[in-house]
Amino acid sequence: MSTQTPASSLTLSPEWIKTGIYTLGMVPAAYVFYLAFTGLLGAEPIKALEHSLGEWSLRFLIVGLAVTPLRKMAGINLIRYRRALGLVAFAYALLHVTVYIWFDMDLNLAAIWKDILKRPYITVGMVSFAILVPLAITSNSAMIKRLGAASWQMLHKWVYLAAAAACLHYILLVKRWPPEPLIYAAITAALLAWRVWDKWQKPPAGARVRTR
Amino acid sequence: MLIRAKSDIVSSEITPRGIYLRRREFIAGAVGIGAAGLFGLPHGAEAAKLETLKSPFSTDEKPTSLKDVTSYNNFYEFGTDKSDPAAKAGSLKTTPWTVKVGGLVNKPADIQLEDLLKPSQLEERIYRMRCVEAWSMVIPWVGIPLADVIKRADPQGSAKFVAFETLVRPSEMPGQKGLFQPLPWPYVEGLRMDEAMHPLTILAVGLYGETLPNQNGAPLRLVVPWKYGYKSIKSIVGITLTEAQPKTTWNAAGPNEYGFYSNVNPKVDHPRWTQATERRIGEGGVFNKRRETLMFNGYADQVASLYAGMDLKANY
Repeated sequence: MSTQTPASSLTLSPEWIKTGIYTLGMVPAAYVFYLAFTGLLGAEPIKALEHSLGEWSLRFLIVGLAVTPLRKMAGINLIRYRRALGLVAFAYALLHVTVYIWFDMDLNLAAIWKDILKRPYITVGMVSFAILVPLAITSNSAMIKRLGAASWQMLHKWVYLAAAAACLHYILLVKRWPPEPLIYAAITAALLAWRVWDKWQKPPAGARVRTR
Repeated sequence: MLIRAKSDIVSSEITPRGIYLRRREFIAGAVGIGAAGLFGLPHGAEAAKLETLKSPFSTDEKPTSLKDVTSYNNFYEFGTDKSDPAAKAGSLKTTPWTVKVGGLVNKPADIQLEDLLKPSQLEERIYRMRCVEAWSMVIPWVGIPLADVIKRADPQGSAKFVAFETLVRPSEMPGQKGLFQPLPWPYVEGLRMDEAMHPLTILAVGLYGETLPNQNGAPLRLVVPWKYGYKSIKSIVGITLTEAQPKTTWNAAGPNEYGFYSNVNPKVDHPRWTQATERRIGEGGVFNKRRETLMFNGYADQVASLYAGMDLKANY
């Protein structure tokens, strides 16, 4: 991997991979917006666009949640790419909410507020988004330094709740039980359950191990 | 979701081809069993075309495009995605087709579709269609009054309701087989007798002047324009007059979300989303604005009297 020859510029450095995640990650967004604005997104383009962006956000959240289990169980360390995955997930969530407010609700803020209060799937979705906002804002090295690593980590554990809420938001939206929201929910549940299991396996230093 | 977006395109490209194939199938059928005679067509006319009378019940609103009407709808027998019916209904065989008319009638019978239609005049009925999912269309249906069929069966005095049943044929309806089955089959629906006899209520056999595409409920479906779309049961094989209120599929699936009546009502929300507004399919693409949903889907003048004195919040 590490060479000083000019050929090294062709190898995938972490910086290149990060840039790749940001750019390739947004390709589906560009594509679905292109389809929407060229009339290629079917009979209900607003709904299709909205749902597609929401689903991509959930996918990137799930991939981000898989980073730690992958490292501990399979020894694949992708931790340096987790920030990029999280920020792409947030970008999709932001686009998803923007399409909801602007195209779906025609910027009718009163109706949107009513929806948030009255419709559990909107409430839960907005809770998920509201959690992601501070996480996205603090997803840079300066903020880690400012907050301190420990409290930064505590803050970012809220992503578990955001992901669970996103899954619930999807489930509450559908009629009957199409497989997709249940599959995402099952994967998310497994990734969160792994963390509980992992913590139980290795209690932090100072914990009362004698009870085991 | 990217994959779904892609499949939307593919299915919309398939749709015209599907109609084309179905047409050929229809012509083949016409040669075989004389289906042209089925709808009383002059010899040599294009088999899929239907002769219709215009109706004063038709709206003058602009009909939704044939492409949207035939490629975006719910028909869970073919899958839960709204592109599934157009993509997967092609293999459904609709000839021959028998409808069992029975229950509390003096003339119960298994009636061939052509015999069911023969005594009536086909009419074009351009109706608004409001889906419970808050989208709407304007569809030029071709059909006959349901009342015609019921009267000919000679209802008994005790008949208070009409129950309907959709075909169960997993070999040709992929949504009826496999692991994820969204609903129990057969799909069943029902109307109160006065709703069934109302002149707006039709049994449709076509749209846009041609026989129904399979995905829209061929060969025979109900259309009740003042109720949410799921009441308008498709591919009907059974019509039964009953004394007790019949079970209906969506009501059984989610009694707090879908009532027996299911009248379009902007003041009674679905528990999870508003019914006050709707989006008319095909208007303005991504800049399509919501429009106000009308009481009884705009048919209040004709049908409100059926529900005089009823609490429509309780009887949703």
